[in-house]
Amino acid sequence: MEILSRLLDGDRRAVARLMSMAENDSPGAKKALAELYPHTGNAHIIGITGPPGSGKSTLVDKLALFYRTKGKTVGIIAVDPTSPFTGGALLGDRIRMNEVALDKEVFIRSMGTRGHLGGLALKTGDLVKILDAFGKDIILVETVGAGQSEVEVVKTAHTTVIVEVPGMGDDIQAIKAGILEIGDIFVINKSDMEGADETSRELDAMLDMNPENSGWRPPIIQTIANSNIGVDEVVEAMDQHMEHLKSTGNYHKRIKARTRVELMEIIRDNIHSYLIESGQDEKFDSLVDMIVNGELDPYTAAEEFVKPIKE
Amino acid sequence: MEKKIRVLVAKPGLDGHDRGAKIVARALRDAGMEVIYTGLHQVPERIVEAAIQEDVDVIGMSLLSGAHMTLIPDVMELLEENEASDIIVLAGGIIPQEDADRLREMGVDRTFGPGTRTDEIVEYIRSKVLNRN
Repeated sequence: MEILSRLLDGDRRAVARLMSMAENDSPGAKKALAELYPHTGNAHIIGITGPPGSGKSTLVDKLALFYRTKGKTVGIIAVDPTSPFTGGALLGDRIRMNEVALDKEVFIRSMGTRGHLGGLALKTGDLVKILDAFGKDIILVETVGAGQSEVEVVKTAHTTVIVEVPGMGDDIQAIKAGILEIGDIFVINKSDMEGADETSRELDAMLDMNPENSGWRPPIIQTIANSNIGVDEVVEAMDQHMEHLKSTGNYHKRIKARTRVELMEIIRDNIHSYLIESGQDEKFDSLVDMIVNGELDPYTAAEEFVKPIKE
Repeated sequence: MEKKIRVLVAKPGLDGHDRGAKIVARALRDAGMEVIYTGLHQVPERIVEAAIQEDVDVIGMSLLSGAHMTLIPDVMELLEENEASDIIVLAGGIIPQEDADRLREMGVDRTFGPGTRTDEIVEYIRSKVLNRN
């Protein structure tokens, strides 16, 4: 496929175009991604998540810059929310990624969530694969400003970094389920603000209560990303985490868990397209009418709808 | 999934007045487009690189500094160097008619002056992108 060979030759326009094809589910996108797949699997994929305004984009900018000084190439996927009302999105993460914006070895792509929940867009995983095949050593995936349940990034990343700011709430906030369970590394950014040490202590106490089964104790690192303070420590921790994954066999476990989820999602997607494309949308509509008219219940209707697949 | 129109909104040069650019960015968002907003003080190299990586349909630049006759031609040249001249380029701000004419000769699709209604810009971009595809 032409676009793939251009991509593998280092053509940035081909990369960008294939990303759009994947995002729009254009004809040919699946085939291109299938052919691209054997070229993936070499990048260290790092998820960066945390509440809005915690400084994720600034940290990503500085992390990318630091990796560049170590001679690594970097890809960045920055996800921002799509308006559920208009379908539009204002993607503004580039505003804070100026340091690396002129470096041709850094490829930055902004994505709208386009209705997908969980902190990422539906096709973020595909875009990560494209950057992986393009030969980027490090891929930084920045989620939308996340609260307590936007944990989908763990399905894409090898290493997940949670960015918090001082004064994030009392210690009950810190032991809530969800986002604080997925961190491999915790960053307290803007740590020149009051309460940084206290937030570190609370996180530390929370981590003490976690069952120690993976052999990795998430480090807590204070940074002031704006002034480039603590960024080197974060990079060091990310490198160590990758070493840990590889030396303990956890790397293989993560890849397997991720592949399982991914395959299931693609199967679901394929079934969905099959049902829609095979002219069943009329049948779908008539089933909806029957349910509304009280002639049928949705459970039996669903059984009826998926019958052609079972056969 | 339907194709979404993607627009890069940039403020090249040194003037710090981004209110107009922000209003346009917001109007495009409200019209269902994906707007990549890059902020102030963008150099042409950065604008073109961002437009390529983001695979945008349109670049919209806002200039109030009077530097449009140096910065916009640089953008056009860089687009050509990168084989990206298919991207539609629009400019807004304070651009005298004779400059606007010269910019159009260089490949700028259209310039919008002060007082332009945002829905006019939205409609223009929509019809332009749809006719291109």
